[in-house]
Amino acid sequence: MSDIWWMILRRLALGVLTLFVVTLLIFGAIQLLPGDPAQAILGQAATPETLAALRTELGLDLPAWQRYLNWISGVLHGDFGVSLANKRPISELIAGRLANTLFLALYAAVIAVPLSLVLGVLAALWRGSWFDRAINVLTLSSISFPEFFVAYILIFWLAQSGLFPSISNIPPGAPLAEKLYRTFLPALTLTLVVTAHMMRMTRAAIINLLASPYIEMARLKGMGPTRVIVHHALPNALAPIINVVALNLAYLITGVVVVEVVFVYPGLGQLMVDSVAKRDIPVVQAAALIFAAAYILLNLAADVLSTLSNPRLVNKR
Amino acid sequence: MVATLRFTLWLAVAVVAAAVLGWLFRAVLTRIAPANAARLLRSAPLSASFGMAVIVFYLLVAILAPTIAPFGEREVVGAQFMPASSEFLLGTDNLGRDMFSRLIFGVRNTVSIAFITTALAFAVGAVLGLLAATVSGWIDQLLSRVVDVLMAIPALIFQLLLLTIVGTSIINMILVIALIDSTRVFRLARAVAMNIVVMDYIEAAKLRGEGLWRLIIREIMPNAAAPLVAEFGLRFCFVFLSISALSFLGLGIQPPTADLGSMVRDNATLITFGEVTPLLPAGAIALLTVAVNFVVDWMLHRASGLKE
Repeated sequence: MSDIWWMILRRLALGVLTLFVVTLLIFGAIQLLPGDPAQAILGQAATPETLAALRTELGLDLPAWQRYLNWISGVLHGDFGVSLANKRPISELIAGRLANTLFLALYAAVIAVPLSLVLGVLAALWRGSWFDRAINVLTLSSISFPEFFVAYILIFWLAQSGLFPSISNIPPGAPLAEKLYRTFLPALTLTLVVTAHMMRMTRAAIINLLASPYIEMARLKGMGPTRVIVHHALPNALAPIINVVALNLAYLITGVVVVEVVFVYPGLGQLMVDSVAKRDIPVVQAAALIFAAAYILLNLAADVLSTLSNPRLVNKR
Repeated sequence: MVATLRFTLWLAVAVVAAAVLGWLFRAVLTRIAPANAARLLRSAPLSASFGMAVIVFYLLVAILAPTIAPFGEREVVGAQFMPASSEFLLGTDNLGRDMFSRLIFGVRNTVSIAFITTALAFAVGAVLGLLAATVSGWIDQLLSRVVDVLMAIPALIFQLLLLTIVGTSIINMILVIALIDSTRVFRLARAVAMNIVVMDYIEAAKLRGEGLWRLIIREIMPNAAAPLVAEFGLRFCFVFLSISALSFLGLGIQPPTADLGSMVRDNATLITFGEVTPLLPAGAIALLTVAVNFVVDWMLHRASGLKE
């Protein structure tokens, strides 16, 4: 077993530990609830008998650690419990929606990552030019826009004229091309929101390197600016770029919530928002756990990949 | 094609107008400000002066809201979705309330709630951060690990989880957002203070017998102020956006209180009919965050002496 594998294994263990603490937090937060969930569900008019019956049904008469063990072992078997609002198993509610959310996030990532890398390299290549300045102001503004503003501008601009549908409901069994067409506006919104940050970091990482002696050497050899940046600067700038890409993919996961609501897209975020309004605690717990797990996983991937991209970190000894 | 051209034209007009506004504001300010401040202001780039002008404008609107607004915040004055007229400058909303008045009160409510939340997050985060750096040891370890765990869950998701538990109301939203944002402030305050506590003058102050609070407030705080003030601006933007997002989702500021995020949600149907009015509250959010960002950008640039 080489050092690399040990490093990955250590990071993985740390990730699992974080995830464990997060499940404790998500579960424990509910226990801090001052009231009695059974009372909250049944309302003030409930008789003591129905209250006791519901408590037994929800397992509220057990001590907290036992409930946690039941919950976590259920989750590990893919069973998230039952929704309080409509009594359906949560795993059934979530399954299709999770796939939809992942599809949307992946769609946005496939557009955003290459776009921001190319824009970042171009801005670094032509730094100080009008192109660079325009992109700089544009990205600084789009970072500070709320997601729903971007979404509604796109609806106003592109859906008004009938180019794209403003509501992204997907009929079951739709072919891929239609799915891509119907989810184009939400994907574009997410792309615009994350591209700015990724592009600025790419540009900054490359420009940072341009002052180093080996770049000067390459220039003195008579190498063209494009080749200097793509062949010499880019490989060394990979670590920060990978980091910011993964961070923004993690950001996509939360950004997806608002965008799904705007476009009435049947995803996990929409389910979560609806459940918060209904105070359907088990569903919110399950959704929060999935989002948090994806977030931790992406951060872990960023950590491992950026270490692997730097030989000095891989062969430390 | 025509739509794209018109869009580009409007964009160009907006950029030029913003530049002119920034220039005028700077010109006026440098006249009336005392000599010291005037020299500083003259060095401000156009984007920062534009940002300052916008911030001052928002403050005026927020303070003078009851006198500017032609109608009351919750007053139903006409039919639903009436078009703009000389009486209702921006038409009426989904319940027949005057949009223009709602917009003004919405700015007042959202900005003040965002400010209170940021101040709270800062008070908690900065004090704990400075404390952790100063005393170090197990208190530092404990606080840092707690913050690590709290930051392992994405902010919006955590806010939704906590709001489910405590229920949706303005007070709860302020507390939840302040708690989650104070973790970010804690990280920065601790990192900044870590570099300060190792300096000799802190050692001297300790030997002189200064107490913990005096040490933090009188010795460390002044040196940590510059990055913390810039962070306050950025945090305000994030909090402002969080509040708008939660209100937009229907989980933040509750009706009938006027608020920019929920105004967008309530009137969103108008967009599909080609009306711009629902975009205005969203634009008002965006304009303020852009303005604050411009000013913070300039402050950071000045503080770090960063020249590219």
